[in-house]
Amino acid sequence: MSDIEIRDVSLVYDTPSGPVQAIDNTSIRIAASEFLCIVGPSGCGKSTLLNLVAGFLSPTRGEIRIGDKPVTGHGMDRGVVFQDFAQLFPWRTALGNVTFGLEMKGVARDEREKIALSHLALVKLEKFAHSYPHHLSGGMQQRVAIARALAYNPSVLLMDEPFAALDALTRDAMQRLLAEVWRATRKTVVYVTHNVAEAVYLADRVVVMTPHPGRVKIELPIALPRPRDPLSVEFLQCQKDLLRHLGSETAAADAPEICIDNVTKP
Amino acid sequence: MTASPERWRMIGRATATLLAAAAFYETVAQSGIFPGVLVPTLPKVGHTLVNLLGDGTMLRHVFYTLVRVMCGFAFAIMVGLPLGILMARIRAVENFVMPLASALMPIPSLAWVPVFILWFGLGDTVTILIVFYAAMFPMLLNTWTGVRAVNPLWLRAAGAMGADEGALFWKVIIPGASPFIITGLRQAFQRSWIAVVGAEMLAASDWGLGWVIFDAKEFLNADVMMASLTVIGGIGYAFERLVFGSLERVTVLRWGMVRATKG
Repeated sequence: MSDIEIRDVSLVYDTPSGPVQAIDNTSIRIAASEFLCIVGPSGCGKSTLLNLVAGFLSPTRGEIRIGDKPVTGHGMDRGVVFQDFAQLFPWRTALGNVTFGLEMKGVARDEREKIALSHLALVKLEKFAHSYPHHLSGGMQQRVAIARALAYNPSVLLMDEPFAALDALTRDAMQRLLAEVWRATRKTVVYVTHNVAEAVYLADRVVVMTPHPGRVKIELPIALPRPRDPLSVEFLQCQKDLLRHLGSETAAADAPEICIDNVTKP
Repeated sequence: MTASPERWRMIGRATATLLAAAAFYETVAQSGIFPGVLVPTLPKVGHTLVNLLGDGTMLRHVFYTLVRVMCGFAFAIMVGLPLGILMARIRAVENFVMPLASALMPIPSLAWVPVFILWFGLGDTVTILIVFYAAMFPMLLNTWTGVRAVNPLWLRAAGAMGADEGALFWKVIIPGASPFIITGLRQAFQRSWIAVVGAEMLAASDWGLGWVIFDAKEFLNADVMMASLTVIGGIGYAFERLVFGSLERVTVLRWGMVRATKG
């Protein structure tokens, strides 16, 4: 598994009304096998930052490295999961979707189906291997997307609000599943969300971003033991702390910072 | 597809409509308002049709027409499909082709027949070219639209999984645009079928469904004309329902990219 280094990265969009600073001089280091969540209000550049790491966009300034390799365009060292269910190819079965990356790698048919089935089993969908995406629920489709992003064995998994469009119950189940998958595969994960409870449940460390221009406000390590109990006092305390940093002062009283060992300013 | 009660009801309704139309025609034919030679009764048309089928002439006409339509249709696909994709992917191609297509498209294909006859003489070249002309634009425009309608997320996801240009083309763009491509095929075939009959009337000699109708006019053989029209309609219907209907069922309907209409 690879570490990721985002160093002094800026991105300026050219729009009809002039240049817009989407990301301003941002540096984040992500350790190998770390689960990093990026949270922030909409427009804070968190998805843009993920797209930079994915290689869909190129930074105006600065550099991103994965392992020892600088990022130039997309590469098979990264798996990407998007928010939209429509990311799956409707003309391929669940199995066909998961084998796609292996097919591109030139893996033989029997071999890639075996690997794909094991990844569908990882997300508990082996029974639906031969279903087309439109016969699967939203949660199942996102699980296929996760299996698809993992199947060709990238060292990094990039996730852009993958559960944001799911109902609350499914989302809880999906978060538990993802925590298990992460424990089993030890990928380095960069996970963008605007859901505070989700970030506290999943992350080793949370990066809070602020908009206009997008930059890192603060980094909070989440030192809670796993598996985490979303109803524990410590968990709720972490949520409060995070909410306070996000600027929702009303939600956070003057509570002691239990879970935060050290707050590092970038 | 299993024959559900719903489907039987649908077939029943379609049959009732056709029977009503046939009954109306038969009433007019029997009434004697028009001379029997010009408006032959249905039994007479049926009899002629059976005779023409029996001695093989009708099959030969059908064969000639089908060969012409298939050649023109195939050429139209071979040109329209790649060109439509190129137009959607490369701005320069779009800028070059679009004005040309916009200028040529409104001209009815049959209006070209006299010109083509001057250039190529009577015969198959003209009919095939006319079919090509008629089928080309629906194929081109639907493909062009279809490729532009491909979800960018599919391209992004495929790119992230290491798809090169070739894989993107065959494994993402073509299946992604398939609802439009199939519509293009359908419309192109309908236009082809209309165009081939018209073109044969003017440019074919000796064989072809269009030619036989035109030729029968000389001898006041209205029964032959009606029999040929029935065959033309029947084949067109069969292609629409069986060929393109099945194509749609095993692809885009199965993939959920289009939905079946609820009864």
